Amino acid sequence: METVEIDATGISTEDLNERLMALMLDGTEKFVLKNVCGQRYIGTRLYSKNGNKPRVDIDITGTPGSDLGAFMSGHRVRVHGNVQDGVGNTMDDGEIVVEGRAGDVLGMSMRGGKIFIRDNTGYRTALHMKEYLDKKPVLVIGGTTQDFLGEYMAGGIVILLGLGELPHNQTFIGTGMHGGVIYIRGKVDKLQVAGQVDISEPGVEDRKLLDKFVGEFIESFPDLGLNKEEILKGDFIKLAPKSKRPYAKMYA
Amino acid sequence: MPRIRRELYNKEICACSIFGAMNRDGERFTGKGVMKAIANMHVRGNGLGGGFAAYGIYPEYKDYYAFHLMFTGNSPEAKRSAKIGFDAFLCENFDVVSDDEIPHSDEVVVSDPPLIWRYYVLPRKQGEEALLSDEDYIVKMVMHVNTKIENAHVFSSGKNMGCFKGVGYPEDIGEYFMLDKLYSAYTWTVHGRFPTNTQAWWGGAHPFSLLNTTVVHNGEISSYGTNRWYLEMYGYACTLQTDTEVIAYAVDLLMRRQSIPIEIVAKILAPPIWNSIDRMDEKEKKLLTTLRMVYGSLLMNGPFAIIIGQTGKMIGLTDRIRLRPITAATRGEMFYLSSEEASIRLISPVLDSVWTPNGGEPVVGELNNMRTVL
Amino acid sequence: MKSFVFPEFQIIRDEEKCGQCRGCERQCSFGTHTYDPLTDRLISDDYKCAGCQRCVIFCPKDAIVVRPTQSFYRPNASWSREKIEDLKKQAETGGVILTGCGNDKPFRIYWDHIVLNASQVTNPSIDPLREPMELRTFLGAKPDLMDIDFKGGDVEIKTKISPHLMVETPILFSAMSYGAISYNAFKSLATASKQFGTLFNTGEGGLPRELRAEFGGNAIVQVASGRYGIDAEYLNCAAAVEIKVGQGAKPGIGGHLPGEKVSQSVAETRMIPVGTDAISPAPHHDIYSIEDLSMLIHALKEATNYEKPVSVKIAAVHNVAAIASGIVRAGADIIAIDGLRGGTGAAPKAIRDNVGIPIELAISALDMRLKNEGIRNRCSIVAAGGLRSSSDIIKAIALGADAVYIGTAALIAMGCTLCQKCNTGKCNWGLCTQDPRLSGRLNTEIATKRLTNLLNAWSHEIMEMLGGMGINAIESLRGNRDHLRGIGLYEWELEVLGIKGAGQ
Repeated sequence: METVEIDATGISTEDLNERLMALMLDGTEKFVLKNVCGQRYIGTRLYSKNGNKPRVDIDITGTPGSDLGAFMSGHRVRVHGNVQDGVGNTMDDGEIVVEGRAGDVLGMSMRGGKIFIRDNTGYRTALHMKEYLDKKPVLVIGGTTQDFLGEYMAGGIVILLGLGELPHNQTFIGTGMHGGVIYIRGKVDKLQVAGQVDISEPGVEDRKLLDKFVGEFIESFPDLGLNKEEILKGDFIKLAPKSKRPYAKMYA
Repeated sequence: MPRIRRELYNKEICACSIFGAMNRDGERFTGKGVMKAIANMHVRGNGLGGGFAAYGIYPEYKDYYAFHLMFTGNSPEAKRSAKIGFDAFLCENFDVVSDDEIPHSDEVVVSDPPLIWRYYVLPRKQGEEALLSDEDYIVKMVMHVNTKIENAHVFSSGKNMGCFKGVGYPEDIGEYFMLDKLYSAYTWTVHGRFPTNTQAWWGGAHPFSLLNTTVVHNGEISSYGTNRWYLEMYGYACTLQTDTEVIAYAVDLLMRRQSIPIEIVAKILAPPIWNSIDRMDEKEKKLLTTLRMVYGSLLMNGPFAIIIGQTGKMIGLTDRIRLRPITAATRGEMFYLSSEEASIRLISPVLDSVWTPNGGEPVVGELNNMRTVL
Repeated sequence: MKSFVFPEFQIIRDEEKCGQCRGCERQCSFGTHTYDPLTDRLISDDYKCAGCQRCVIFCPKDAIVVRPTQSFYRPNASWSREKIEDLKKQAETGGVILTGCGNDKPFRIYWDHIVLNASQVTNPSIDPLREPMELRTFLGAKPDLMDIDFKGGDVEIKTKISPHLMVETPILFSAMSYGAISYNAFKSLATASKQFGTLFNTGEGGLPRELRAEFGGNAIVQVASGRYGIDAEYLNCAAAVEIKVGQGAKPGIGGHLPGEKVSQSVAETRMIPVGTDAISPAPHHDIYSIEDLSMLIHALKEATNYEKPVSVKIAAVHNVAAIASGIVRAGADIIAIDGLRGGTGAAPKAIRDNVGIPIELAISALDMRLKNEGIRNRCSIVAAGGLRSSSDIIKAIALGADAVYIGTAALIAMGCTLCQKCNTGKCNWGLCTQDPRLSGRLNTEIATKRLTNLLNAWSHEIMEMLGGMGINAIESLRGNRDHLRGIGLYEWELEVLGIKGAGQ
């Protein structure tokens, strides 16, 4: 497996992504990017039109710019540090692991793949995330989020583990939600959640899902020394839409 | 630089005769012959405009920009006061080495002539203007005078060349300025005008010029509105209410500022039709497609025949489907362009070759040795 | 609750002619006509009639006439019949009035107050039947100046030219999503654009996978706030990508494809479960400001390896010129503006009929603004919303557009009668429906032919008008207001349009 290391100091967004693209087409499978500082759209360009679908690993040290992995089609990104806004925007497939926190609109309109965030995330996490048949995006957050979690959510799985110090204080959870599911470990008041969302306890099938994805989260952050049983023992609530037609009765 | 423009388009329409003569050895000759030649096409004009461009006429001042100015007004006092206003501006921005009133003959009756003055100047750039080339500075100042200073109009601004123009038949204007007696040039271009829709004014006569480029034009540019806005984005103020000036500015933009040779410029002003482009080899196709794509707004649509004068060069060009005529001819070192062959024959009965160039293909006469004029 | 709303249409059946074939009954998806076996007669329920004229045209005996009912209300300039009935409907349901198609209110149509020029004497008019007449148009960002290298006789362009779209006529099909319109209508638009050498716009409902290889090259794929059906292949198979910010029929609000229209195939194309509401949020939630738009533009350029122009479509609103100037500076290659009369598959009537400005004024304001700022080269303008004929199109170009989008006009070509019931999903003409029984009525071959015929006819008319003005290449008309004059317009309107009054 060919690895290429790039010191991103002073390289523009366009140049950096162009180099990644050229190297990927030449067969590079793993990139180690050092000193990344604000370069946007990493992973976005990496698509080969000739039909084969290369999959690369990108290991990032530093702070990548916004729209990390936007429209991305199936690569694995690991960030040693925090990430900004728009991570995984309209992402199609692949995996993003962040050893830190994420900004606003994380996983917006995400249609597939997985994102694991170690700490907390900003506003409008998982906005309008969608799914189709077995193509279900998964988003696991070690801490919690700010307001408007799962706005317009139409599919996919979001899990908040509440492992950090911050309690789940966010409001307007699931406004306009009409698909998918959110699991939250810890306490959430009914008033924090939008009216069209049903709050329940996870059932047997839900527990299976939690077991699987909490397991994957823990494997993604081996240094944290997390204990899966400990985490799963905690109280989880399940948020799901009451209807997949929230606005059916609006019109004359 | 934001430019808010409220005034509406005003385009003058005119039909015309054009003529050009060049000695490619750089030997200079008076305006007598070209006056005779243009007079032979008298019926193509209507007495509402005539003008000349002459190259090589100021050898003793060849390192200075020669500004020809018109000062207009209702009375001699008004004209003089326009000059006073302009002089103040000029002295602030230029070093003036000499100036005089352009001599004219009182025997020729012309209608309401402006006060016409000539200045030999060097730029005096200040502050940020130091970053501009001399030529860009001159263009900027000429545009300033023509848009901002009332009743003053720069109609010639090149080195070792000059334009002479006014309301009247070209042969009368020639006599008014005594071009057959006072000036010798290696290239002369001439224009006889037939405007159809406005009253004539002296500034509206051809040639139109900027720096050393002059244009005389026969035809009407249907794409004027499109060409004009494009050029205005590059700082060219179209103030003369005449479609021809857009050609002069387009030539300045392409040939001087972008250093594109005339062969390519011709492909911008009068590009081949798509059918022909589609049949070319890949490389040429790509070039011409890109040129049309990028410079589509400089396509001069509608009928035109033009003679472009430049230092050491005289160029003839017609629109791409040749809606206006031009004839080219040579005799020894002489190179002629004319709306009609007869005018050439009048002053040079014997010719080595005579031809009518294809639409959109430039014919270029060049000095054999530039040093004779530089 | 008993409804107090009158029927909109009155159905008159000529019993002499009617052969009781029950064709009308089969044609009407709204259930207007029913057969009564006892009397052997067809009975029509005026209340159900949408006024789409399907039964009229398909009646083999020409036995049916459908016409607007006479007003039963006392005439009142303020309380029109429409105002009274909309109010009643809302009193009965408590809902928002939804409608389809474009604004039908009598706002001034500037096209009808602008006349074109023609050559007489001073400049020859050109006959397009015998002389070249060129409509080929390039859409994209042009460089300000070009660096050209000459070595020997060899010429090389050194400036990197942004990607461009080439169309053989300045008429493109406007965004109509699969979901809003039927598969057959969608495919007919794709086929016609490919046959003619122009482009269609997928709207935000994705591009069915099986159409990508064949029609991708003629597709402008949309990325709207709902982000439906977007993957790398979708973006990369297309000719261009368009970010839809707004739509002329409903500026400022999002979209909503009701769950009943999300069929199996629509679901697959949009990549959402069957039967769910497909909601497009009002804003893009990754665009709260102009710098965010710039970010999305560049994300899409990244995702397409800088090989495709990126268009941004906005509704023509009050500050359209200033907004568009920002969009150009944000890196868009094309700006599409959609005017007050732009169509829609569904929009709240209050919005459709009251928000936005006429496209004529918007084109002119935008063109002049970009020229005044010296950045007109940096983008192409595509105008949409209310273009009804070749003369509207040529006027749009003279006011500064590079090309136009037609949506309503294309639907009419395929059979639409502007009955404004698109939102019901029951389109009898097979256009705005996902009901296989109805969409099957639209024969793609015939619909394609009707569309290419329209493009042919309009292109030829444009050539005739261009030739009359003494112009033989469409680029010489762009923004060339010299060739336009206004009639019956106020001074401020002439000023916004940048044209003189007729006779001036």
